[in-house]
Amino acid sequence: MTKDETKQVVLDIIADIAPDEDISNLKPDVRLRDQMQLDSMDFLDIVMELRKRHNIEVPEADYPQLASLDSCAEYLTPKFTALGK
Amino acid sequence: MTTSTHYDVAIIGAGMAGLAAGIRLAHFGKKVCIFERHNAPGGLNSFYSIDGRKYDVGLHAMTNFVRAGVKGTPLTKLLRQLRIERDEFALCEQKRSRVAFGPRGEVSLTFTNDFTVFESEVARQFPAQIDGFRRLVALIRTYDDVSLGAQPESARAVIRRHVTDPLLEDMLFCPVMYYGSATEHDMEFGQFVIMFKALFLEGFARPLDGVRVIIRTLLDKYRAAGGERRMKCGVQKIVVRDGHASALILDNGEEVTATHVISTAGAPETERLCRSDRRSDGREVRPAAGPARDHPTGELSYTETITVLDREPSALGWGDDTIVFFNDSEKFTYARSEAQVDTRSGVICIPNNFDFGPEAHLPEGLFRCTCLASYDQWVNLPEDDYQAAKIRWYGEIQKSAQRFLPPLPSADALVRATRATDMFTPRTITKFTGRLGGAIYGSPQKVRDGRTAVDNLYLAGTDQGFLGIIGAMLSGISMANFHILAGGK
Repeated sequence: MTKDETKQVVLDIIADIAPDEDISNLKPDVRLRDQMQLDSMDFLDIVMELRKRHNIEVPEADYPQLASLDSCAEYLTPKFTALGK
Repeated sequence: MTTSTHYDVAIIGAGMAGLAAGIRLAHFGKKVCIFERHNAPGGLNSFYSIDGRKYDVGLHAMTNFVRAGVKGTPLTKLLRQLRIERDEFALCEQKRSRVAFGPRGEVSLTFTNDFTVFESEVARQFPAQIDGFRRLVALIRTYDDVSLGAQPESARAVIRRHVTDPLLEDMLFCPVMYYGSATEHDMEFGQFVIMFKALFLEGFARPLDGVRVIIRTLLDKYRAAGGERRMKCGVQKIVVRDGHASALILDNGEEVTATHVISTAGAPETERLCRSDRRSDGREVRPAAGPARDHPTGELSYTETITVLDREPSALGWGDDTIVFFNDSEKFTYARSEAQVDTRSGVICIPNNFDFGPEAHLPEGLFRCTCLASYDQWVNLPEDDYQAAKIRWYGEIQKSAQRFLPPLPSADALVRATRATDMFTPRTITKFTGRLGGAIYGSPQKVRDGRTAVDNLYLAGTDQGFLGIIGAMLSGISMANFHILAGGK
């Protein structure tokens, strides 16, 4: 999986958990929290949906790695690769 | 019993909190079952039918209403967390509501879902108080009311730092207390903030078809996520061994086990379930160490009259009021009623006065009145006396409430327009919800983190301390997240 594909996975999840947000113009290098109204409950949901849909585990200590789309891609892409995706 | 069913999570109660928790847990793959003693879901916000007419139990108005695009409020959070589209709740906004104080409601503060209306009313009626009021509102807006570890503080004390006119103080407390306070005379400030935001900074709405629209939406989500539900199947006992809930005994004697248990039955009610005084086979079990924190039963109960009319209430000259919070006395007393019913203050709800749009309207007129009532003086009445008391107080409550509405065109206009009536009492509440003492708002002592002395048993719903229908759902969500999903347990 490429980093762009990983970003799309995260965007798909955000689109489902926060359908009231406009995600068409998100800047990949800016914190998601600064571009949308996402609280800790929403971040928990991103983690939970990654586990449910893709079998990806994100330990709590690593939650800061999900701050922006770029950091998500950096952190998650090796995990997808390790699963053979 | 040789085999027993095991669940990841067992939830006691199919009310708003139980259903919301169930949706979260089932969505994320937990094997969940909700056990409900009653035949209808909804808990304290259920519904029933008499003579083919549908009635809502608790719902006057759903609080916490915000319009599409307003983010970060309880309603928005719960829609996201439960993957519900706004349109599924089909919410229609209130027209206007009032707080009316004085023997005939001489001092009146109108409010709508636009907070500036309320603010300008306060400025008009209490010009010397408006600066303090604005400071109070600023404090409320920034207060972290969902913190699970906030220090308790008297709301009266906080409000008096900003509002010095006792009449305005009571007029702020009356609606907030009637829509959710389990404590007499005063509230914990965090609870006041939750309710003030829910009523005034956010607002009132309801679906045309009432609470069953909300319940149906939750049931559909829960079923689609794979959750199980067993109705007319209460939990009669939580078996506690070494501080751990090891099994649940159902009303039919069946035993089930669960890794986690979420109880929405209430704090004292859950403590009672953990004690060993009842078991279906009659065997006495060694008393278990129940939850150590003893929670007092709530002292506050209510009665409500419902009058079904053959016309819109506005056709009686009653105007557009959706909700009227009233009080006739110099001091507003929110306390356990000394009489069977305390008719000095109460709440009027006219469900027809939501803005359902030009085409839609309720099939009949409805006029509902709520007053504080004494559980003790209702619960043990012989049947004949109980029925007689209902008739007597129905009349007294109607008479009291009408003082705060425009006068009727003729003395018998209401009676002539009445098609049916119903009334529920503290006794009805306990019978159908299992709440001890008829205490709709539960124990005065809330458990914000939902923990009990039993390590895998958590409280959600009213006694966790998020109030109202939306609060109850958020409570179920928060407890499921915090205790079960977040830890990946």
